[in-house]
Amino acid sequence: MANEVCFRTLHLDEPWTLESYLSVGGYQSLKKILTEKIPAEDIIEQVKTSALRGRGGAGFPTGLKWSFMPRHSEGQKYIVCNSDEGEPGTCKDRDILRYNPHQLIEGMAIAGYCIGADTGYNYIRGEFWEPYSRFDNALKEAREAGYLGDKLFGSDFNFDAHSHLGGGAYICGEETALLESIEGKKGQPRFKPPFPAGFGLYGKPTTINNTETLASIPVIVEKGAQWFLEHGKPNNGGTKLFSVSGNLKRPGNYEIDMGTPFSELLEMCGGMKDGYKLKAVIPGGSSSPVIPGEQMMDVTMDYDSIQAAGSMLGSGAVIILDDNVCMVNALARLSHFYQEESCGQCTPCREGTGWISHIMHRIEHGYGKQEDIDLLDKVAGDIMGRTICALGEAASMPVKGFLKDYRDEFQYHIDHKKCMVGPGSK
Amino acid sequence: MVTIEINGQQVEAEQGQMLIEAADKAGIGIPRFCYHKNLSISASCRMCLVEVEKAAKPMPACATPVADGMVVNTQSTYALAAQKSVMEFLLINHPLDCPVCDQGGECDLQEFSIGYGSDKSRYAEIKRVVKDKNIGPLIATELTRCIHCTRCVRFGQEIAGMPELGATGRADWMEIGTYIEKSIDSELSANIIDLCPVGALTSKVSRFTYRVWELASNDSIGAHDCIGSNCNVQTKNGEIKRVIARENDAINDAWISDRDRYSFEGLQSDERLTRPLIKKDGEWKEASWDDALQFAVNGLKDIKDKHQIGSVCFPSVTTEEMYLLQKIMRGIGSNNIDHRLRQSDFSGQDQDPLFLGLAMSVAHISQQQAVLIIGSNVRKEQPIMGHQLRQASLKGAKISFVNSVSFDSNFKAAHEFTIAPAQMFKELKVLAKAALESSVQDAPEGLAALVASVKVADEHKQCIAELSTAENSVVMLGTIIQAMPNYSAMRMLASFIAAATSSTMSYLTPGANTSGAYLSGLLPHRTHISNNAFSHTDGLNTQTMFAENLKGYILYGIEAERDLDNPLQAKTALANADFVVSLSAYVTDAMQADSDVILPIAAITESSGTLINVDGTWQSFNAVSKANGLSKPGWKVLRVLGNLFNLDGFEYQSSEDVINELKSSANQTVTNKTNNQLSWVCPEKISAQTTGMQRIAELSIYNVDAVTRRAAALQQTQDAQVDFAGINSALAKKLKLEDAQIVTAKQGDNSTEVTIRIDDRITDNCVYLPAGNIAAASLGGGFDTIELRPAYTHDL
Repeated sequence: MANEVCFRTLHLDEPWTLESYLSVGGYQSLKKILTEKIPAEDIIEQVKTSALRGRGGAGFPTGLKWSFMPRHSEGQKYIVCNSDEGEPGTCKDRDILRYNPHQLIEGMAIAGYCIGADTGYNYIRGEFWEPYSRFDNALKEAREAGYLGDKLFGSDFNFDAHSHLGGGAYICGEETALLESIEGKKGQPRFKPPFPAGFGLYGKPTTINNTETLASIPVIVEKGAQWFLEHGKPNNGGTKLFSVSGNLKRPGNYEIDMGTPFSELLEMCGGMKDGYKLKAVIPGGSSSPVIPGEQMMDVTMDYDSIQAAGSMLGSGAVIILDDNVCMVNALARLSHFYQEESCGQCTPCREGTGWISHIMHRIEHGYGKQEDIDLLDKVAGDIMGRTICALGEAASMPVKGFLKDYRDEFQYHIDHKKCMVGPGSK
Repeated sequence: MVTIEINGQQVEAEQGQMLIEAADKAGIGIPRFCYHKNLSISASCRMCLVEVEKAAKPMPACATPVADGMVVNTQSTYALAAQKSVMEFLLINHPLDCPVCDQGGECDLQEFSIGYGSDKSRYAEIKRVVKDKNIGPLIATELTRCIHCTRCVRFGQEIAGMPELGATGRADWMEIGTYIEKSIDSELSANIIDLCPVGALTSKVSRFTYRVWELASNDSIGAHDCIGSNCNVQTKNGEIKRVIARENDAINDAWISDRDRYSFEGLQSDERLTRPLIKKDGEWKEASWDDALQFAVNGLKDIKDKHQIGSVCFPSVTTEEMYLLQKIMRGIGSNNIDHRLRQSDFSGQDQDPLFLGLAMSVAHISQQQAVLIIGSNVRKEQPIMGHQLRQASLKGAKISFVNSVSFDSNFKAAHEFTIAPAQMFKELKVLAKAALESSVQDAPEGLAALVASVKVADEHKQCIAELSTAENSVVMLGTIIQAMPNYSAMRMLASFIAAATSSTMSYLTPGANTSGAYLSGLLPHRTHISNNAFSHTDGLNTQTMFAENLKGYILYGIEAERDLDNPLQAKTALANADFVVSLSAYVTDAMQADSDVILPIAAITESSGTLINVDGTWQSFNAVSKANGLSKPGWKVLRVLGNLFNLDGFEYQSSEDVINELKSSANQTVTNKTNNQLSWVCPEKISAQTTGMQRIAELSIYNVDAVTRRAAALQQTQDAQVDFAGINSALAKKLKLEDAQIVTAKQGDNSTEVTIRIDDRITDNCVYLPAGNIAAASLGGGFDTIELRPAYTHDL
């Protein structure tokens, strides 16, 4: 079944309004928790049972993350929603903000209840004007209707949320760079430890969750952890939004059960456009290693299966590469992106992403040298594991992945100064 | 304590310490660029990556806390691979211009590249080029060399308290800069040169004039404020090329002020005096030392009444010189000797402690929880004290000010009481009343009546409560209040406030060696210290010496028109005197007009000696540079003068002999332990001056002494632009004056033209006209009344 969790209002007219959300049972989970005084520990336990894992890309178990918070400690704590959604290929959180913002607000409130925070921030990607205003309107509606504010549903629980529009930097999707950005500083990741659960926004204990993760919470509470888990498979609970792009008949966002075979997802998208063949898939956003198409046909869409295939489910951005795509050209484009988006703070990423991009630019334009392929592999390896945040890995993994399965195309480019396939091969 | 293993060696470390600190302590070197022990951790250069057992990745030693049983390897293949790859990344965009780079020879990047770099580069792309920025007269930028360690950025944010530099842009086009081109104006700014691990930030003053391996390195002491910052003076062929900071955690941490760093430029001024000069029949002639000294002694001997001879000495010369000067004066029979050049109220001098000090170490100021500063622009007056106060403030200390100008602060002041100098006594009465009301002790005699009429506001109560509740608190008297009329009465109230709030009473003092002057007896009313005591004498102070028009003067390191509170009064006295001896490193027309003989003495770095700082630390140093021309160290000149006067006890062979004589009689237990608390004598009622405008004279940061005034680069800084008269906009409106308008400033019969600057930090009805600047040379006392009127214009 599709569209049962984050997209459950999608079939309605103006699905983003409070009225629409209430019609599908909106804010009932929060009400139930607060009126029945369900202990936070029980909710966290439910989230753990549901096997909900972080939908932003890292796939960290959400319940476990919440349990790290010193919820009984005195003082301010925060829940922060990460709607920065910068990973190339990903466009799912945008649609949650556009079509079901109230469910996210309810999810944030429940999360706030669980971790002991009375304030939430939603950090929204700088380019998301429409989603931002939709979400902001939803906040206003929720506040006016009493779903945000003091003593919600007559309980002792106070919660309010605010939106914050980013400045347009990919790195601000990294949770600590995001915190810096909210604080009004340059978006640069912090080194860890300390982790945000101890020292987060304004130095206070903070949990940061992805939009889709938080928007899934009200449904888990409403329908039960088991229901959610059964929609996926063990350790890979629930449904997941996949943003499928490429030369497909019906590219777009699909909310499907975790563990659905890739081939079925491809079918939902209507298959490849006429005249195009599946060549390869980047299964989890541009930083996940590429997987050859034929291998992908045996993979199911869940964390463990894609990891077994040598890549990552990541943010669920499934980028379909067809037989006209020159892998050198594709990697050159990606490498340029990571060079531009490196925050410049730590040495391996600042210098390494630029270096990779320069080499790729040369190969792409016919100035490649024989030793470049090994050098690319070495430079990517030298970045990995040595940086403050994961952008270093994000920039290196595609290089490693492309070279692993498509080294011949790079060699061809260097030898013949043109593409092996696609328009550039003529 | 935890035990960790580094490279097979068992190392004890403190809980919470970072790996790199534990390794440093154990003498295990880990390469690093961004880490600096006095700055926050950035963990961004990644050079200190090491292998930690059970860690999935190499860990930055600077940001990895030690844990008991941790097993670390800094030299394994795994660790070295990480370190070498970081080195390669750092070098790909770094210009290999070491042969023309000032940092060459002391460059961290150069040094670590020997150990971790490769002799061949695999980088075949075009290197990054970054446009240099002009950030003022002190610091040169060569930003292509920058490795983005951000030490300079963190210094500005954390130490200077002025985030003037930042990193703009992302990725490999991230740049260090000021965003909008502007100068770096912090008084501690040039420490970023010491901090920069590469040649991106170098000294604009001395670059390209040496290679570091040509420099001789000499430990020395900063001689331009009372802090006594430790520094290292580096010379090439006997000429000072640069001054850098030397770490001393008890005094200056790892920093020195720009003033201590760049003043040396003044040593190379054209106004240096190279030979003795004597005036015969109104003509100045060069003379041999023998002739000049004999001439000086004869001239003074001609004055039969030795009480008609007075001597004033600059408070930054060495203790040895001070001790010998007072010894000569007392030897020939005069107690008219003083170093308090800007003080005007001496009535409380018998209450002075052994020396005017902090009564704690300089660094201990950063441990205070509350400080009340009275009459001081502390940040510019004593930059390192400003740093220590800022550190205290960052830890939550409540720091309040009583001043006549709301001086810029690099921390948040808890309370600011900004009032005219004439109102300051009353303001202190208010604070004293608040202290009295909050104290359980009985009021000292007369105080209740003295403060009966003043009203205490909530802010005064809060300020006093902060001092009282703090475990460690200080009431600090700055050099501005020490120069004010009614200083003694105000000090008595300050002392009461300190006592009532259980605070330490502290002084900040003018010059570099006021402590030395007190201990060596360079005062009219007391001899040098002997067994923690001194004997009382009777003599004239600076003010009375010039007011009484003596027959003879000895000016030691003094430029009368710049260094004295009332320059014109002094000039008159000198003009009327029979015989004036100047001992000076410089010669000016004004000095020639005042004197009969001028003897060239060495500047402070050209002589060995001892400075005693404001916490009572005796710091001796050697001569580090060549004395200019025929000039000689002051102690030697004074020794010979002593001989020529046939005085006993002038057989010293070295400056050590001199200081040892004082030391052995001093009994050094006084250091740090001086108690500044005064015994209560109720001040008389003082009616606040009500007519006219009052001048506020602060000795501005780059006007403090003869050397600094001649340091070319410092004189180009923003802080040096003080030739103006500041008034607030209300007063400007009242006087119908505009910003930048030229006016005539008048004190008594003296007047000069000066430019108006409108500045609302200045309190009402006052004119901020700094001491020591050019305009002030033609005016009277620093806190006397002043008039301003539009200058005559020639519009036709």
